[in-house]
Amino acid sequence: MSTGLEHQRDLLWQRLAIAMPYIWLLVFFLAPFAIIFKISLADPIIAQPPFTPSFNDAGDFQGTADNFAFLFTDKLYAITYLKSVFMAAIATVLCLLLGFPMAYGIARASPATRSLLLLLVVLPFWISFLLRVYAWMGLLNNYGVINNILMWMGLIKQPLQLMYTDLAIYIGLVYSYLPFMILPLYATLERMDLDLLDAAQDLGASRTQAFWDITWPLARAGVIAGCLLVFIPAMGEYVIPYLLGGPESLLIGRVLFDEFFVNRDWPLASSVAIVLLLLLVVPIVFLQRAQAKNAEGAT
Amino acid sequence: MASEDDNSEAFIDVRNVSKHFGDFVAVDAVDLQIKRGELFSILGGSGCGKTTLLRMLAGFEEPTSGQIFLDGTDITNLPPYERPVNMMFQSYAIFPHMTVEKNVAYGLQKDNVAKSEISTRVHDILKLVQLEEFASRKPNQLSGGQRQRVALARALVKQPKVLLLDEPLAALDKKLREQTQFELMNIQDELGITFVVVTHDQEEAMILSSRIAVMEKGKFEQIGSPKEVYEYPTNRFVADFVGTINMFEGVVHEIKDDRITVESDDAGATLAALSDHPPEQGTKVCVAVRPEKIFISQNEPDNDEDTRLPGVVEDFGYFGNLSLYRIKLGNGKIVQVSAQNRRRTAERQLEWDDEVFISWRPRSAVILVD
Repeated sequence: MSTGLEHQRDLLWQRLAIAMPYIWLLVFFLAPFAIIFKISLADPIIAQPPFTPSFNDAGDFQGTADNFAFLFTDKLYAITYLKSVFMAAIATVLCLLLGFPMAYGIARASPATRSLLLLLVVLPFWISFLLRVYAWMGLLNNYGVINNILMWMGLIKQPLQLMYTDLAIYIGLVYSYLPFMILPLYATLERMDLDLLDAAQDLGASRTQAFWDITWPLARAGVIAGCLLVFIPAMGEYVIPYLLGGPESLLIGRVLFDEFFVNRDWPLASSVAIVLLLLLVVPIVFLQRAQAKNAEGAT
Repeated sequence: MASEDDNSEAFIDVRNVSKHFGDFVAVDAVDLQIKRGELFSILGGSGCGKTTLLRMLAGFEEPTSGQIFLDGTDITNLPPYERPVNMMFQSYAIFPHMTVEKNVAYGLQKDNVAKSEISTRVHDILKLVQLEEFASRKPNQLSGGQRQRVALARALVKQPKVLLLDEPLAALDKKLREQTQFELMNIQDELGITFVVVTHDQEEAMILSSRIAVMEKGKFEQIGSPKEVYEYPTNRFVADFVGTINMFEGVVHEIKDDRITVESDDAGATLAALSDHPPEQGTKVCVAVRPEKIFISQNEPDNDEDTRLPGVVEDFGYFGNLSLYRIKLGNGKIVQVSAQNRRRTAERQLEWDDEVFISWRPRSAVILVD
C-alpha cells in the first residue's frame, strides 16, 4: 500500500526536478521578457513609471511600434548594432586563436601541471571584474605601465595612445572572456583519445593533417560552446567599452544604458534590448543545431 | 632458438634496440628476427616493454639506441606516416566522426590513391571482414566485434608489409574472441601479410602464432614456437608465465647418459628427468612438470622408471572436460594435477583426504637451471 504512495511521491519529485529549469526560465527570463516587451510598445511620459500603461482607462489596448520603427530610421542604432556585432566577432576570433593553443597545451600537459594551469586560467575570477578592468586602465594609460616601459626601453619617444581606443576595448574583451573560451575547449580536447592521432599518422597523415582531420572536427563542440560563451556577453558588454573605449566607440550596451538611465526613455531602451536579443538568438539557434548534428556523430 | 642462424631470412630485423624513459629502461638491448609471412606474438605481463617495442616498430617511439630494419631497409628514424607498416590499436582508435567507409578510406586518401581505386579497395576489404552492409554507419552504431573489424580493415586496406596488432582481442568477450582468433588467422593466411601481435594473454598467443617471444623487464626470456615455449621452457620465468607448472627445487644427484636424478627437499624425494644438456652434478636446478603430465592413482604404480610420490587429495575442482586436483605431499608441498574426464562414470571419484600416488615419466619433466 505504502509502496504505491511512495511511488507516486517519487514520480511527483521526478516531475518537479524536470520542471525546475522550465520554472526558472519562466520566472527569470520569460516573465521579464514579457514586461520588457510590454514597455517597448508604450510611449515615454514624465511620470512614475516613465511610460504609458498598456490599457487606457476605458480598458482598451494602447500600443505602438514607433520605438521599433525609430530604431530603423535613425542610422545611429544600425551602425551601433553592426559595430557591436563586429567587435564581438573579432574578440571571439581572437579568443579562439589564443585560447585553442592554450587549451591544447593544458589538455596535453601532465596531470599535475594540468591542474595548476587550469587554476591559473580561473584565478582572475577571484578578483572583481570591475577591478581588473580598472587595472587595465593603469596599464594602458599614456603614463601607464606599458608606455613607461616602452619609453624606458627607448622604443618610442612619445607615449602611444592606447587608452580610449578600439584596441583597448579588444584587449579588455579578450582578456576578460578568454577563460570562457579555454574551458570548454579544454573539456573537449582533454576527452579526446590520443590513439586517434597516432592512428591518423599510422595511416599516412602528417601531424598537421592529423590535426585538421581529427583534432579540429572533434573539438568542434568545444569551439562552438566557447564562441557562444564569448560572443554573447561581448556583444552586450557595457563596462569594458565604457571604461577603456573612446567616445566614438559607441556600442549597443552603452546605448541601452544611456536610453534607460540618461534619457529615461524606457520604451525605446526596451526595444533596443529586444532587437539585441533577436540578433543573438538567431546565431545561437543556428550554432546549437550545428552542435546537435555534430554530437550525433561524435559520441 | 631457430632464428639466430638464419639472419638473411629476417623480414623484420630488430638489432640491439633499447628504449629508455628517463631512468626507466622499457626495452633493454633486444634482438629479434621475424620472417616474412609469420604470425609472431610478443607475450608478456603489463609493463614488460612489449607495447613500447610495438610502438617502435610503428614509429611512434624512437629507439634510444639500436636499429630496426624492414625488408632490408633501415626504418629506425622513419616517421609513422612513411612506414609501410600499419597498426591495429587496442582501443581500435576508430575516428568517431567518420563513417565506417571513410575510416577505411582515410589511409588511402592520405596516399593520394585515385578515387575509383579507393572505392573498390574499400569495398573489397569491407567484404573480407564482412562489414559491407555497415559501410555508411557511424562507429557509435557498431558493436565491439564490428569496431574491431573496422580497425582491422582500416589497417589492412593499405596493404602494409607488416600489420601490428596491440592486444587485438582483449576487448572482446570470450565467445567472440575464439571466433575472431580464427578469422584473424584466416585473413593472415589469405593476405600473406606479416603479423606482429602484442598480448598478455598466453592462450591467445598460443593459438594465433607461429612463434612467440616471451618478454619480461624489457628483455626476451625465450623465443620459439608455441610448443617449444610450452613444452621446453628454458627458464623459470617462462615455465611459470606460460601455463601452469609444478616446480621442485633440488640439486643434481646423479647423471647417467641423458637421464639425471635430482635430490629435492622440496618434493621430499629423488626425482628423475631427461635432459639433452644435463647440468653438472651438484648444480642447483628446478624440476618442472605440467599438471597434465602427472598421473594420479590410488594404488602405487609399478613402473620403477617413473617418479612416484604419495600424497593426499587436498582439494579438487570439476571443470567438465577435466578435473583439477591439488595433492598435498608428505612434506606439505602442494602439487597441481589435471586429469581428463574421459568417462562419464569413473570407477570411483576421488574425494578429499583420499590417499593417492602421483607419478610422471622422466621425459615429462623439464630441468630448469636459471
